[in-house]
Amino acid sequence: MTALLSVVDLVKHYSQGGLFARKAPPVRAVDGVSFELGRGETLGLVGESGCGKSTVGRTILRLQEPTAGRAFFEGADVFALERDALRKLRRRMQIIFQDPYGSLNPRMRIGNAVAEGIEIHRLAQGAEVTRRVAALLEEVGLDPSYARRYPHEFSGGQRQRIGIARALAVEPAFIVCDEPVSALDVSVQAQVLNLLADLQQRRGLSYLFIAHDLAVVRQVAQRVAVMYLGRIVEEGVTEALLARPSHPYTVALLSAAPEPDPASTKQRIVLAGEVPSPSRPPPGCAFHTRCFHPERSERCRTETPALRPVNGTRAACHYAETTPRPDSRAG
Amino acid sequence: MSRVLEVDHLRVTFPGADGTRVSAVDGVSFTLDRGETLALVGESGCGKSLTSLSLLRLVPPAGRIEPGSIIRLGETDVLALEGESLRRIRGRRIGMIFQDPMSSLNPVFRVGDQIAEGILAHFDVPKREARARAIALLKEVGIPDPASRAGAYPHQLSGGMRQRVMIAIALAAEPEILVADEPTTALDVTVQAQILEVLDRLQAARGMAVLLITHDLGIVAGRADRVAVMYAGQIVEEAATAALFARPSHPYTQGLFNSIPKLSGPVERLRPIAGTVPAPHAWPAGCRFRPRCPIVHPKSQQMPPMLALSNEHRMRCWLAESPIATDDR
Repeated sequence: MTALLSVVDLVKHYSQGGLFARKAPPVRAVDGVSFELGRGETLGLVGESGCGKSTVGRTILRLQEPTAGRAFFEGADVFALERDALRKLRRRMQIIFQDPYGSLNPRMRIGNAVAEGIEIHRLAQGAEVTRRVAALLEEVGLDPSYARRYPHEFSGGQRQRIGIARALAVEPAFIVCDEPVSALDVSVQAQVLNLLADLQQRRGLSYLFIAHDLAVVRQVAQRVAVMYLGRIVEEGVTEALLARPSHPYTVALLSAAPEPDPASTKQRIVLAGEVPSPSRPPPGCAFHTRCFHPERSERCRTETPALRPVNGTRAACHYAETTPRPDSRAG
Repeated sequence: MSRVLEVDHLRVTFPGADGTRVSAVDGVSFTLDRGETLALVGESGCGKSLTSLSLLRLVPPAGRIEPGSIIRLGETDVLALEGESLRRIRGRRIGMIFQDPMSSLNPVFRVGDQIAEGILAHFDVPKREARARAIALLKEVGIPDPASRAGAYPHQLSGGMRQRVMIAIALAAEPEILVADEPTTALDVTVQAQILEVLDRLQAARGMAVLLITHDLGIVAGRADRVAVMYAGQIVEEAATAALFARPSHPYTQGLFNSIPKLSGPVERLRPIAGTVPAPHAWPAGCRFRPRCPIVHPKSQQMPPMLALSNEHRMRCWLAESPIATDDR
């Protein structure tokens, strides 16, 4: 079966601008990312700040133009489309943002914000629009009478629901969820995650779920890809990747994730140093400057490893077969 | 064990509509012993940050610590201090780390100077000595090449580095208590691990007590001796960490645990708490959690006091006094 979304060697570099900065190297935000996503599936994209995960989401939707690479969505070559064709395609691909406070127009009543997509794509008119907006608000757990209110009258969790209603209004097949719960309190986060899961079931939606929290991703994604400095360093079925990570960075991420279990004997791996600047990524394997693999060698500094199947996942590490893992994932 | 901090019936109010005062912290009591870590856990608006600011008398100007509140640092009554004597405890008896290092560091001063400022304020030493101590502190918090980094401005450092600088500033005057308000929330998880390791090491080396304020139960599990859970301006459950995690007893605490996605165990649908946190001016009468509670105790129209469940475990819930037989929640 053809994948709903297929991304091939996506690259996005930002040049460091200004008339007087010609010599500055570009910021290599996304540096060759490929993956596929099927119908009704969720792919998690995990990594820390600056790894490029948000850029991947935005570039696929052409909220930013890619530097190189291809993306195929429902058979169409997204980056080759002209304006009108792109607009039609955008009905099918939507996004929910991280910041519930910045992503809604403060001067627009929320009913109008949700209706905007319906009107732009001429999906309905007049009273039918109002009816659809009411139905959408209910579907995301909000009282339809709230349509008359302004964003500032709502809490963070409610605004996030409004953002979801807005994305659903145009009946998409695919939604990029860009850190949708990171800014929310724990109990609200759980409500929104359940809502996203229910909507996926009911509407057959596919999600690219971008997050930095592995536990959240585990909750929602069947497959996950881990990013570091613009590249995918490991990817696979979520449970397999968590049970048996093969890339040292994945091991470190898992090790650092706080677990609400005081009896956990989890041995922590604390990485040395900081993430290098994406405008000056290390040569060869981008992770080698912080890598703790005992077999780390000269090869890591000169040869960029490719993603390859190892122990149940695909990892980009020359010595992935022998990556040390602290014992202990309680079961 | 020597007691270093005692807080009793702390109440902080703000102006409400029509000249009334609204409580944001409503009768909070806890203690801290030398070398101990107490975690204060809760979601936005529960009053945990305001509680910590009260300890240093840093409540924003419109807020007022109400009479009847007690904050005692050893023998010192913090609420009776004024002017110079108040300044002397800030940094020297209690140090504080804030959540967002970028807005807590002065952008126009070099980080070394910001550390030295604390040293000079509390110790009568020559500038040369203050400088040397500042560099030693930067080294102690794990900043590489500390002598030259001391000359950096905050914007030249990464988030993790800035947080380390904040820790250095907080420790500069060698306080007996460190208040850490969401010290790692703004940081990536691998950097968070580094910062928590620094805090552990420094606490052990200096025998400091730590008041750790956070919403993240995962951080609490690894490092707090005791935990107090706050909701709507009150502590609703308090226990030794192992006991709280083994037997969360207040329905709010249980709701929190049910809301957290986990990295191990089966992946199950999350069971969030229904509804939302009420704002301080709209707190229900009686038990404040009642509208969201899956069990509504017959006495819940009356505000429950803190009731003992066992020797080191208390909760603000009538269930402690008279449990109700329920089917498994």
